[in-house]
Amino acid sequence: MQNPYLPYPVRIDEIITETEDKSLKTFKFVFLNPADEEKFAYESGQFGELSIPGMGEIPIGIASSPMEKGFIKFTVFKTGKVTSYLHAMKVGDIMGIRGPLGKPYPWETLEGKNIIIIGGGFAFTTLRSSIISMLDPDNRSKFKDIHVIYGARSPGMLLYKDELSAWAERDDINMHITIDGTDDPDWKYLTGFVPTITEQKAPPGNEDTYAIVCGPPIMIKFTQPVLDNLGYSHDNIIMSLENRMKCGIGICGRCNIGKDFVCKDGPVFTLSQLNNMPKEY
Amino acid sequence: MKLIKIDRQSLNDGIEKAKSAYRVFGPVKEKNDHEFKLLEKSEMPDLDFQNTRLSPKSIIYPQSQVMFTYSLDESKDDWRIMKEVENVKSPMAIFGVRPCDALAFPIVRRNFDTPDYQDTYWVKAYEATTFVGLACIDACGTCFCTSAGTGPFGEEGLDVLIIADGDDFYAKPITAKGESFIQTAGWTVEAESSVASKIDQLKTAAESSITSSVSTDKLKNKTILELYDAPFWEKEAFSCINCGTCTYVCPTCWCFDVQDETHGKSGIRMRNWDSCMFPLFTHHASGHNPRNVKYERLRQRFMHKLKYYVDKYDNGIQCVGCGRCIRLCPVNIDIRSICNKMNSFDAKNNVCEATSS
Repeated sequence: MQNPYLPYPVRIDEIITETEDKSLKTFKFVFLNPADEEKFAYESGQFGELSIPGMGEIPIGIASSPMEKGFIKFTVFKTGKVTSYLHAMKVGDIMGIRGPLGKPYPWETLEGKNIIIIGGGFAFTTLRSSIISMLDPDNRSKFKDIHVIYGARSPGMLLYKDELSAWAERDDINMHITIDGTDDPDWKYLTGFVPTITEQKAPPGNEDTYAIVCGPPIMIKFTQPVLDNLGYSHDNIIMSLENRMKCGIGICGRCNIGKDFVCKDGPVFTLSQLNNMPKEY
Repeated sequence: MKLIKIDRQSLNDGIEKAKSAYRVFGPVKEKNDHEFKLLEKSEMPDLDFQNTRLSPKSIIYPQSQVMFTYSLDESKDDWRIMKEVENVKSPMAIFGVRPCDALAFPIVRRNFDTPDYQDTYWVKAYEATTFVGLACIDACGTCFCTSAGTGPFGEEGLDVLIIADGDDFYAKPITAKGESFIQTAGWTVEAESSVASKIDQLKTAAESSITSSVSTDKLKNKTILELYDAPFWEKEAFSCINCGTCTYVCPTCWCFDVQDETHGKSGIRMRNWDSCMFPLFTHHASGHNPRNVKYERLRQRFMHKLKYYVDKYDNGIQCVGCGRCIRLCPVNIDIRSICNKMNSFDAKNNVCEATSS
């Protein structure tokens, strides 16, 4: 019997400060026991529990893609006890990771479809994983058009800046990078809130087009009517939720929304599913 | 139906013998109540009780349980690596479990022992345990087991059922685990066949001593949102002080918290019973709380037991009718009346039919 609460030991291999306010850092982890990497076989959209002995555990979406081998990456916003401690840790430090946990984005359904990714703020991590996976030469032909609308408050608050510019140069993905506002004269992408940009840039909804939406509640609130107007069915709008978690495996009882656990039955739900669930998130 | 007859002396002798093969737990008197305790050598359970103050839940699922140990000493090789605590369970037997409390274990098992994950701590303790039940002869006023999936002679969750008849006892083996407990105890005298009808009479009398009930037949047909949005939750929660007593005394409440506790350079990761009545239970690091208000937490508890569980497992309600939460609630919130309200709620007309508990 495998103890599902036992983390795999990992070493911090690299730490990248992502945003100008230093509130977001990406941690690249390497498994101490190489065999654990195979056990951690994951898909984009899943999460892991980062485990720091003496501090506790936090559920964080996996930012790396399964197409990237030899490490796993998590981008972490400094907000509570564990994340604050993690932000002060150094390359070479040992900690633990449990996972992969939760359900990924529904890749079987998404195959052969147009994909529009809509992200805001720091909720772009599993979306990064998804983009890397879809753009992989082995995978790109499995999808039709790919659109990405990604917004942040300012240029300095965007995650994965180098990758964003590289994707913007490609002709097999339509990048719509936007910020709320800036006085930087060299800013070469869009300005405006995500719902507005969605209205202008998103393809119309149809059976073959799926939107994956992750962002702060305010962005989701104003983006949903836009998608409704564009003709997106609620079955074709996919969202990823967060709730306070401990076990991550549907046992400890706190992250439920109705009969479903965000950790085990989610975090990915379609808007149709969410329409029939209490708004306890 | 095989029945073993045991007199008072052989009952005690058998329990004593069983202690050589099992750690035997049984009800003993503590102040004004009975509690399950590990029985020391020659210590006997006290069977003069209606039910124990707390169910034997904590024998399988301790209120506080160490899961891992760790070292924060940088000079050690295993610095910051979680190590499992030894989790080998020697056989245990719980003697004197009431049928309601016994049913709680299979109910809770659906949460801890799933096709995807096994909670190794719970599952190993559960598998190592033989449940020796004691049928109820007279019920408490708050009992409603007969409408909550079991009854005073209920067998689900038990390995042996023992029925007291004055100074005589009858043991009914239910599982192979139960057979081997009876064998270890050295109880071998088969009861004469006439006993069966006598036991039926005792059973009927015990069942008729249970005067309250819940109706659960219509819970499944309503949608989650119909019940969630029902108008009675704020009123039901008005007097609730969110003390969490109901969750701690409930044999089927299983929620827990995980905490690290460090002393010097070493520490433990442990889990502790938690309660959906507490605001911190769902409090996000950002400050947002999806169940921020008292009535939302009370609604969660009853919706979980009487709707979410029903929908998720299609195996009845997550309540065994022991009545502890009713007896111990400081403000007299009664799961029977809430269950009946939920069951009779007519979403179309936004009313509950007249209910009695």
